[in-house]
Amino acid sequence: MKKFWYDYLWIASLLYLALGFFNILFAWLGMLCFLLPLILSAVKGTKIYCNRYCGRGQLFALLGGSLGLSRKKDIPGWMKKKWFRYGFLSFFLTMFALMLWNTYLVLAGAESLKTAVSLLWVFKLPWSWAYHGTLFHPAVAQFAFGFYSVMLTSTLLGLLTMIFFKPRSWCVYCPMGTMTQLICKGKSKNCDFVTDETHKNGYSDKKEEGGGYS
Amino acid sequence: MNRVRGKKAFVKQEECVACGCCVKLCPAEAIKILNGLAAKVDRIKCLGCGKCAKECPASVIRLQEVEE
Repeated sequence: MKKFWYDYLWIASLLYLALGFFNILFAWLGMLCFLLPLILSAVKGTKIYCNRYCGRGQLFALLGGSLGLSRKKDIPGWMKKKWFRYGFLSFFLTMFALMLWNTYLVLAGAESLKTAVSLLWVFKLPWSWAYHGTLFHPAVAQFAFGFYSVMLTSTLLGLLTMIFFKPRSWCVYCPMGTMTQLICKGKSKNCDFVTDETHKNGYSDKKEEGGGYS
Repeated sequence: MNRVRGKKAFVKQEECVACGCCVKLCPAEAIKILNGLAAKVDRIKCLGCGKCAKECPASVIRLQEVEE
């Protein structure tokens, strides 16, 4: 199968995590993983970021697939239900808002900079070696610590579900994926799900029997 | 590639997360993600090899017998 430049974005994902060990300010680069999916889905109305450019998904596919680090079992049914996906998205956004609040407290001078990374929102890991000062306000570094915590935590969760279930199980409950799908849903409200073009390509919109499979 | 006659891939679209794993794997390029919502299989192109079903992280793709 022909490889394209975007098939190697898993390297960028690995590099991102590595850079955060040396200088926490690199964590700001992770904003790309937040903004690009949202912008692309809002503009194009597709999940092209997940489908093509998500380095994290590629990394899990590589580790779990080619390197065989996954049990390749089915994900539990409740993990793919809407209540869990939207619930996890809500939880994720709440924790993100809390992180922004902590950044604000540092910005306002109410709190001092905490050079720690929190793993799974609970465990505080000392991370002071990755902070070498900043030309900007300490709040810039506080945001970086918070953002790196989000990225590290989600990577860890993704790795765990990769091991126990299928390689890209993270994609099922990834908050960015859920958000972009919601955007796509909103955008395609007035469109027919199956377009004329797909009919030409031989797609069938006939509902087949058998538990909602079509 | 051997064509497995009579079997085709079916997607449970309401639970599909549209991640696109299946699109990349399909040797016949028979799957598309429609409007970022769900995968759709072109059953004329589908070889019924089952690669998509095996890899689908949400396990929403199944092979089903079809009359040809």
